[in-house]
Amino acid sequence: MPFGNTHNVLKLKYASSEEYPDLSQHNNHMAKILTPAIYERLRSKQTPSGFTLDDVIQTGIDNPGHPFIMTVGCVAGDEETYEVFKELLDPIIEDRHGGYKPTDKHKTDLNPDNLKGGDDLDPNYVISSRVRTGRSIRGFCLPPHCSRGERRGVEKMSVEALDSLSGDLKGKYYALKNMTDAEQQQLIDDHFLFDKPVSPLLLASGMARDWPDGRGIWHNDTKTFLVWVNEEDHLRVISMQKGGNMKEVFNRFCTGLTKIETLFKDKGTSFMWNEHLGYVLTCPSNLGTGLRAGVHVKIPNMSKHAKFEEVLKRLRLQKRGTGGVDTAAVGGTFDISNADRLGFSEVELVQMVVDGVKLLVEMEKKLEKGQSIDDLMPAQK
Amino acid sequence: MANNFARILSGKRNVGIMSLVGAGSLTAAFLLNREHVTAGAQVRRVYPASADYPDLRKHNNCMASHLTPAIYAKLVDKATPNGYTLDQAIQTGVDNPGHPFIKTVGMVAGDEESYEVFADLLDPVIKERHNGYDPQTMTHPTDLDSNKLKSGKFDERYVLSSRVRTGRSIRGLSLPPACTRAERREVEKVVVDALAGLKGDLAGTYYSLTHMTDQEQQQLIDDHFLFDKPVSPLLTCSGMARDWPDARGIWHNNTKTFLIWINEEDHTRVISMEKGGNMKRVFDRFCTGLKEVERLIQEKGWEFMWNERLGYILTCPSNLGTGLRAGVHVNLPKLSKDPRFTKILDNLRLQKRGTGGVDTAAVGSTFDISNLDRLGQSEVQLVQTVVDGVNYLIECEKKLEKGQDIKIPPPVRK
Repeated sequence: MPFGNTHNVLKLKYASSEEYPDLSQHNNHMAKILTPAIYERLRSKQTPSGFTLDDVIQTGIDNPGHPFIMTVGCVAGDEETYEVFKELLDPIIEDRHGGYKPTDKHKTDLNPDNLKGGDDLDPNYVISSRVRTGRSIRGFCLPPHCSRGERRGVEKMSVEALDSLSGDLKGKYYALKNMTDAEQQQLIDDHFLFDKPVSPLLLASGMARDWPDGRGIWHNDTKTFLVWVNEEDHLRVISMQKGGNMKEVFNRFCTGLTKIETLFKDKGTSFMWNEHLGYVLTCPSNLGTGLRAGVHVKIPNMSKHAKFEEVLKRLRLQKRGTGGVDTAAVGGTFDISNADRLGFSEVELVQMVVDGVKLLVEMEKKLEKGQSIDDLMPAQK
Repeated sequence: MANNFARILSGKRNVGIMSLVGAGSLTAAFLLNREHVTAGAQVRRVYPASADYPDLRKHNNCMASHLTPAIYAKLVDKATPNGYTLDQAIQTGVDNPGHPFIKTVGMVAGDEESYEVFADLLDPVIKERHNGYDPQTMTHPTDLDSNKLKSGKFDERYVLSSRVRTGRSIRGLSLPPACTRAERREVEKVVVDALAGLKGDLAGTYYSLTHMTDQEQQQLIDDHFLFDKPVSPLLTCSGMARDWPDARGIWHNNTKTFLIWINEEDHTRVISMEKGGNMKRVFDRFCTGLKEVERLIQEKGWEFMWNERLGYILTCPSNLGTGLRAGVHVNLPKLSKDPRFTKILDNLRLQKRGTGGVDTAAVGSTFDISNLDRLGQSEVQLVQTVVDGVNYLIECEKKLEKGQDIKIPPPVRK
């Protein structure tokens, strides 16, 4: 089960081969890396809070995956998961994060002054700009594993910290279970409301237990800084606004995050972070910066171009539909964001998005005029 | 944050559960005994019970009706010898607040011992769900002697098909919400080995969900035999769909009248069915088949989970006792539109469902009519209830056809 270690002792009476999952139909990072030998070595282990190997991999067993999309297939239940099960997780991290080695160090840079430009993306093309990341509160188990008491503890601590923000960051918390119909409708209209996960990728890991207990949304009065509490991670932090001023979005992002971190430190805790993995989050795909900086951009011509995918690849960008991950683009408007999370700093990733989107818009303008974009093709970043 | 765990070893078997919770400390240690488990398992308890007590204010299920903070505090530190906990048992009820009109059970058992260790919660839940049956004072009658069934051949102008189903669990192996992959595979092996010993009109074939060919799959769909991965959150939230489709499968006899599901919601679901109204023959085959399977697993040293307090032990408390649902698909165009229909069914201790099974709507005027009760009445008694009740319904239909009036029957039991 995705919480408690109470079953692991029972399992050990069976041979490892009898417990080993059938991964013959599977295509995810976990299934690629897990072997019977690794399973045998790790199955008797547990983190101090009792998270076990089977807890880590259950979502990957239950969701064999796509033939074309490689999902991660495992989650962490606490900070120590990444240590105790490193024999499995290190190769998965290496595979997922472009060759990031167990000995590599991750750079954190949340100084927005280091970003060059980014305040001048053409608003005729760039409809909106957004930066998101996640943060986990050290000392609490992560969503797949936390008890109700812990989840409520995370909520309480987070809301206390957020309530003390001031200036243009001053805002309000809306607990999912206490929301009025009017508040709920407003949050939906603002595109802020998150709902109970329906994706089996998330459900199978146990992170939706006890919904909506301990979950909620905080946002500032100007609706440009938003925090999700206890969805897929302890906190998801989002800075966003209409138009193409990514610099302003990133400024607010960094300021807000730094202020929140200071508030947590005042309470005697901190965010889960280490110099190898950066910020520690539930899904190994979000390690490092946990950062996705993106825009909604109108590129109908570019998106139909034969070299579109190649350009994105070279720029280290990825496309999604405007509904977010696993959605389709609507009418030539795409969500374009950084593909990387780990091994690059926050500033570096946002820089890639700013430079890359600038180039995509230039290419779009050329294609509008019927010109070629061959001389604009970028080198591989 | 430091969590301290103590491991305590003991040589005694089935002593029960001792929990040590240091006041103000973050430590809980457990004494758990089982033949095969030599080290004590621990349950991580970081917060006091009051901090972990679920918010059930919007809930309407049997678990929520009976789980008081006091009972939660009493049981939350306990675990069965297999290590199954209260939080695991109630998770489905916490995650599924329920309907305003349909009261679901809201909890499951992870193993046979759940019904003992969590009796303080399960007994009142069972009492509410099973019409006042008190597991602490009552005993459940088991009777699989189908010779005792009287009449049992329905008018086939009305009854389209007849079916009896139940479930059986293999003693010594955890139930679907809690079983490990190895345990689930062992259930499959034990049952499939036994079924391979069936002969005559019970001889059949096993189709594993993992290894089924496309053709076999299509045939099973056409026969209406194939079960798929549960989608109902009532089931998925309990953890019973983990590792799908590993060790799941369908066995049926060559004449397609006796069918067994392996590792769906229970270890086994056993179904006897045929077109037409010969409920007697369906029940005969049901009893013969069940007894034969039991004999075959006993030859290998296994047995079904059963006790005289609760009858046959299954995953959902709603299926305790007989676990039996005997039903027909019956056409009742006039009666089903009569405003007294529901009351008649109630008094006959019958329930109606759509022809797709639970939570489906009736198509046209064909209904699935079956027994309401599971526990406190024997198999023979329940099937007799269905036989007598359906015969009464058909009589009502015939009367209405002739323009005659019908009567609501007196309640068959309290």
